Amino acid sequence: MTFLEVRDLTVAYGAIQAVRGVTFTVEQGQIVSLIGSNGAGKTTTLRTISGLLRPVSGEVLLNGKPIHQLPAHEILGLGVAHSPEGRRLFARMTVEENLRLGAYTRTDEAGIREDIDRVYDLFPVLGERRRNKAGLFSGGEQQMLAIGRALMSRPKLLMLDEPSMGLSPIMTQKIFSTVRELQSEGTTVLLVEQNALAALALSDHAYVIDLGRTTLSGTGHELLADHRVQEAYLGEGVAS
Amino acid sequence: MLSTLLSQIVNGLVLGSLIGLIALGYTMVYGIIQLINFAHGEVFMVGAYGALAMFTYLLPTFIQQQWYFALPLLLIAGAVVSVGVAVAMERFAYRPLRNAPKLAPLITSLGVSIALQEVIRVFYPGATAAIPFPNIFIPGTWTISVGDGVVPIKYSGILLVVVALVLAYALNMFVERSRMGRAMRATSQDRDVARLMGINPDRVIVLTFALGALLAGIGGVLYGGFYTNINIDIGFQNGIFAFTAAVLGGIGNIRGAVVGGLAIGLIKSLAGQYMPGGSAYDYVWIFVVLIVVLVFRPQGFFGETERVRA
Repeated sequence: MTFLEVRDLTVAYGAIQAVRGVTFTVEQGQIVSLIGSNGAGKTTTLRTISGLLRPVSGEVLLNGKPIHQLPAHEILGLGVAHSPEGRRLFARMTVEENLRLGAYTRTDEAGIREDIDRVYDLFPVLGERRRNKAGLFSGGEQQMLAIGRALMSRPKLLMLDEPSMGLSPIMTQKIFSTVRELQSEGTTVLLVEQNALAALALSDHAYVIDLGRTTLSGTGHELLADHRVQEAYLGEGVAS
Repeated sequence: MLSTLLSQIVNGLVLGSLIGLIALGYTMVYGIIQLINFAHGEVFMVGAYGALAMFTYLLPTFIQQQWYFALPLLLIAGAVVSVGVAVAMERFAYRPLRNAPKLAPLITSLGVSIALQEVIRVFYPGATAAIPFPNIFIPGTWTISVGDGVVPIKYSGILLVVVALVLAYALNMFVERSRMGRAMRATSQDRDVARLMGINPDRVIVLTFALGALLAGIGGVLYGGFYTNINIDIGFQNGIFAFTAAVLGGIGNIRGAVVGGLAIGLIKSLAGQYMPGGSAYDYVWIFVVLIVVLVFRPQGFFGETERVRA
């Protein structure tokens, strides 16, 4: 059965339709990317999957069951974690408090402790600064914490919105290699990226969203080789 | 006159503790949903009436006369009634307006405030005038002699100060240390992301109203015990002071509410004694201080200048 299926999704902010016909699927264990230009509807799509927005029409199915009418806090309980655009950490709380909020629905203290340590293993800088307020961190450190926080619910599906935004190339590489590591541990990842090149190189499957619609799809390598993608999203240098 | 000064400081601390206790409810609700809940003063008032009703109509005489039975029962009754009213108010008046423009719940809170006053006025026997409150708790007064006179300290005043400070401390620990407290802070900082953490904001919001009401209801009973009678205006009067205290301390801040409450209590009693116009003008000085503080520090004593966003 398809793990996540988004079918003909339409989402509107008031009278403005941000998403009008997004369709894609994510299979268990895959890394799937949604790429597209700014304002194409990628973030809106993720916010709808995680329950922050209600679709006007269309469906979101998780393991075949519709979830698009459920409130956000229940969708997390089904194993879907969403690290939102702009990281949105709890800036006035410490690293450790942010991680504990990621594990809010869990009550197994030993398991939570273990997972906090796992995040510190993954990102040692967070462990060194566990008592510091998250708002004081650099962009890259904040991104690590945002991913760590999303992992604390032990998600089956991890949705990352623009994890490379504002990061140096080295930090971007570090984040993407972490995503690959997570995949090898069995986490399914749905990635939204403007950095199309890095995202496609990483992805098992990818979709291009343009003006609120899914327009192209294929494996990461297929899309990397597609001249339309090259022209629109990868720039001249890569195309040649 | 040293004894006069000390007496007024004692009065100020007692009133200030009460105002601080009520201010905590204003500040917490504001912190979570940015609503000035003007009906919170009435939540305090209703707690006092609820406890009085339980005492008058339910307690047998021999328990009424034993303060160590009657006092805990009064406190529980006051807390239960206030919490019940606040939870109902959140559920039926504010929740339907959750996504409405900010002015709608604000005006609603004024309506709820008037409605609660009128319900008590119409249905509570004798509530058109002040009603004596049972003076059962520790009815004595402790008198300290200083050089030129005496400083009377009512036991019920000591009780009020101690209970207020203990509750404020406990509340602060709850918000800082517990899992639910963390959920409250998360919801206050970023409600959407709190939802992504699996937090149900409706539950957090109702909990916040209930906690504020718990403190207000206990405050209502302690107020009755100290001032020995209650009327339907006590909610409005003390509510305005408490709201001012919350703003003075930095709205949304727990420590600020307590410090703001104590400051206002002290200003009122000392200005009433020493400033021109006497106690008839004591309210004026409270708002003079408020204005002066807000000119130089618009965010209040402990408020944050800006919200740091990740």
